[in-house]
Amino acid sequence: MSARRLPSGGRIDRSQVLRFTWDDRVMSGHPGDSLASALMANGEQVLGRSFKYHRPRGVMSAGVEESGAMVTVGEGARRDPNVKAPMQELFNGLTATGQNAWPNVRFDFGEVNDMLGRFLVAGFYYKTFMGIPPFEWGKGTGAWMWYEKFIRKAAGMGSASREADPDQYEQGHDFCDLLVVGSGPAGMSSALAAAEAGLDVMLVEQDWELGGSFLSQTGSESKNRCADMVASLNNAGVRTMLRTTAFGLYDYGVAGLLERVTDHLQSPDPYQPRQRFWTVRAKQTILASGALERHIAFGNNDRPGVMNAAAGRAYVNRYGVLPGERVIVATNNDSAYHSAIDLASAGAEVTLLDARSTLPGELSERIGEAGVSLRTNTVPLKTKGRLSVNGLELAVISVNGWRARGAESCDAVLVSGGWSPVVNLMSHRGVKPKWDAENACFLAPSRHETIQMAGSAAGYWRAADCELSGIAAGSVAASALGKKAKSLVLPPIGGWDLAIKPVYEVKVPGKKLKCLVDPQHDVTAEDIRLAHREGFVSAEHLKRYTTLGMATDGGKMGNVIGLALMAEALGREIPEVGTTTFRPPYTPVSIGALRGRSVDEHFRPLRRTPMHDWNLSNGATMTMAGLWHRPWYFARQSETISEAYVRETETTRKTVGLCDVTSLGKIAVQGPDATEFLNRIYTNPFAKLPIGKARYGIMLRDDGFVMDDGTTWRLSETEYFMTTTTAHAGKVMVWLEELLQTRWQDLKVHVTSVSEQWAGCAVAGPESRKVLATCVEDASVMDNDAFPFMGVVETKLKGGIPCRIARISFSGELAYETYVPSDYAVAMMDLLWPQAEQSGGCLYGLEALGAMRIEKGHVTGAELDGRVTIEDAGLGKMASPKKSFIGSALRNRPDMTREDRPKLVGIFPKDRSQTFNAGAILCSVEQVSGLGEGWITGVTHSPVMGHWIGIGFISGGHEAWAERTAIAADPVRKGNTEVEIVSPHMYDPSGEKMYG
Amino acid sequence: MIRIKCPFCGERDHSEFTYGGDASIVYPALDATAEEWHEAVFMRENIRGMQTETWHHVNGCRMWLIVQRDTMTHEIRSVRPAHEGLAGVLEDDR
Ligand SMILES: [Zn+2]
Repeated sequence: MSARRLPSGGRIDRSQVLRFTWDDRVMSGHPGDSLASALMANGEQVLGRSFKYHRPRGVMSAGVEESGAMVTVGEGARRDPNVKAPMQELFNGLTATGQNAWPNVRFDFGEVNDMLGRFLVAGFYYKTFMGIPPFEWGKGTGAWMWYEKFIRKAAGMGSASREADPDQYEQGHDFCDLLVVGSGPAGMSSALAAAEAGLDVMLVEQDWELGGSFLSQTGSESKNRCADMVASLNNAGVRTMLRTTAFGLYDYGVAGLLERVTDHLQSPDPYQPRQRFWTVRAKQTILASGALERHIAFGNNDRPGVMNAAAGRAYVNRYGVLPGERVIVATNNDSAYHSAIDLASAGAEVTLLDARSTLPGELSERIGEAGVSLRTNTVPLKTKGRLSVNGLELAVISVNGWRARGAESCDAVLVSGGWSPVVNLMSHRGVKPKWDAENACFLAPSRHETIQMAGSAAGYWRAADCELSGIAAGSVAASALGKKAKSLVLPPIGGWDLAIKPVYEVKVPGKKLKCLVDPQHDVTAEDIRLAHREGFVSAEHLKRYTTLGMATDGGKMGNVIGLALMAEALGREIPEVGTTTFRPPYTPVSIGALRGRSVDEHFRPLRRTPMHDWNLSNGATMTMAGLWHRPWYFARQSETISEAYVRETETTRKTVGLCDVTSLGKIAVQGPDATEFLNRIYTNPFAKLPIGKARYGIMLRDDGFVMDDGTTWRLSETEYFMTTTTAHAGKVMVWLEELLQTRWQDLKVHVTSVSEQWAGCAVAGPESRKVLATCVEDASVMDNDAFPFMGVVETKLKGGIPCRIARISFSGELAYETYVPSDYAVAMMDLLWPQAEQSGGCLYGLEALGAMRIEKGHVTGAELDGRVTIEDAGLGKMASPKKSFIGSALRNRPDMTREDRPKLVGIFPKDRSQTFNAGAILCSVEQVSGLGEGWITGVTHSPVMGHWIGIGFISGGHEAWAERTAIAADPVRKGNTEVEIVSPHMYDPSGEKMYG
Repeated sequence: MIRIKCPFCGERDHSEFTYGGDASIVYPALDATAEEWHEAVFMRENIRGMQTETWHHVNGCRMWLIVQRDTMTHEIRSVRPAHEGLAGVLEDDR
């Protein structure tokens, strides 16, 4: 016989029937059911198979600590594995399946592992597969990696869907005076006390109903008390959040919450997110997170039908499900007496085993009245049965430990081995819980930072004491925030009539038992002793070796028993062995909630230039450059990318090309000391840069490596327009602000990022002057003499568009960069492009830009990667010997001036018909292995040279390789290519095109 | 999550800021020796306890701040603008 639904009672609505599917079988339940209670009511006992031994498992609890009824909920892309059935609210149409079993949980071939159990002890996989022949001669890791994928398949839990997650998730932020975690007697009373004192209170509850332990109590008194408190909370304006777990507590009262918005709905509103991830900043926090009941390690204590005692009470009183007809309740403390009484009152035949020799007075009378038979000095030794419990062997106390004493038949075993207050969130704050021997549990300090513990989470066992401790904590929180609140005298913690008798494991001499400590990871008491015998004497090592506490419950079930067994093995007391350290999250958080809306195109911000649409309507194919969307190439008719960029390069070099360069960083440097400032941050002199001239400059970091490069234009005595690379624009701005605000506070300089304010277009090629001359209002400003190389003019484009133009060249041709205020970007292009087109010109994108700069040997972010000195980049002559600048002291350290450092070079394929890839390693012919002699940063087909070329770095630079062949080693992509190392200035090295 | 009271913007999440470094470093003059620079740039204390450090309110007012923070507990004792002149102006406003 198994569990059954009672005809009345509980908080379920019997007038409505919900249909759900379990392993392809249709079943029914009621609103208010959890999946676990509904499955029990339908007579299902085996709901899962264990991780390693594939042992049959049933419902073991009624809460987050569940380690037996782990199921997969949903189908297809919405398949959600390892859902704890007691935490899943039942809804019409829910689909759930058993996991870690084949063909199903009731008949699983993997169960053979259980018979082989003696070979699958702690560390078995590591020991066996890391040294197995033929790998045993020191290649163990390789063997492990090979076997691991098969082992992972055999030992596991549910599997996630491989389809993309179809759901949306949201992230929210909130603030409050007081955050209360948990809505039991302590949580509700503290929220009320604080709200009545005037605080803005948020109360979060992981369940779908407020009430905590109230929900599993009988009697109209507690029901009314609960309903009254819920009503008062609403009246007091407390903001309550159901189905919301506070999963982590962080610095400064910041809490992470996970709100399950639609996981309990059959057909959610499509505009609702599945879950919300909340970041809440609370001035005060009260943890009324309750306590979890511990089990006891005895033989086959994981067999379906064994659950914790409080869970048995919850199933009867909250869900109207009787776990068994013939029930044995085994306890070492007072709390299980209530379970025994309630199950007996609901019609079960109940025997109560108490490990203690004396009885708690009033409670023992009440169990007598309820018809519960009682045995003292008695504990469970081993369950009998196969897929479910049909009996229990017992043990009684003797002079030296426990002694077997008979057996009883039963169909359910409810166990209480004591209580572990949920100190997890306090533990997240780095607080070490302390062992309280009297109550046999770990307790956190009642107060730390702005956080307080209340109720059973603080070690109060009686509901009335929990309420009092809640009121006290709420008042303390209110006083801390300057509100008037009464102060209370608290009762001592604990509160049982008769003290708990610690029992962690039951074993008798000569009897081999499989006593589960951490059922989710199949860690047994014997595993812990074995690990100890093998030398794992530190609690931390022992945990890792046995994987105790590392399953999805995070040690909620097994940690304390595990510590107790370690203490026994080491001959020490529990506090000497260690403490329990909990880390976020309290319960698992879906990756979807963590990512929120930051997905697909929202994964990172997107930056568009003000001429984005103009580029698109003129045929641009776009590409990403950092966060920027930039034109990649402008294909004509059916051109491929390579045909397009080769044409763009050739056209630009022959006539003229236009390119959107808005993404370059632009900084206004203003103030009387601007010149001095620039002179300190650039390696080359800026002190004598005339107004109306630009200068190419290099910045180093303090450590002497190159930070960035760009041109800076002098607009007036006190104003400069600095450009940076696209990649480093943000970094350079931060750096300038740091220097001005921290080191050089005396300099009167202001820097402003104007990257967004100015739109830029490069006009490059022999016809560029002619094109610009037709577009400016006063064509004379474009005269060669009036506007020489590196000249700057501020003028107007036709139609009165303000603009600034500098004659600078990245392409190596006669070229200008023209900037207009962003709102005029399209107007500028509409002026320039018809003129360029008339001159036979083109629009060009990033690919052609890259090709031309590689031909010219100009560096970009790919070369200036933070490991390059100014000499490495071939720009040593830009470092002034006559002045000091940032980085000048440290750039001359011995290793940074070595002759054999990798230096910027050009690269040709030896056989000109060949090519090679960026990212290839440059090696000498003699040694094509190891770290090589250098690397390739950029590769393009050069229309000018008629073959592929590259740019990169190699030891000693091109002079050292004048007579030598190098290998571009690229073993995992296109293989090796013989290359020639040449000067990086592969096109027009004298620069006459640029200056001409 | 550390919360930093920016003197200009108020209390904000640390995700709005970027960490700078040890604020007690006095950077030598640009023409100082390589040894002096080496000392300032590379030889850093790994302080356990109260540390004076710089933070940049990069997603806020863009001000560099001097923060006294306990590296063990994240307790922040004080926050002030790195720029003395700005600190002075704030004082005057009070
Ligand atoms: Zn700020």
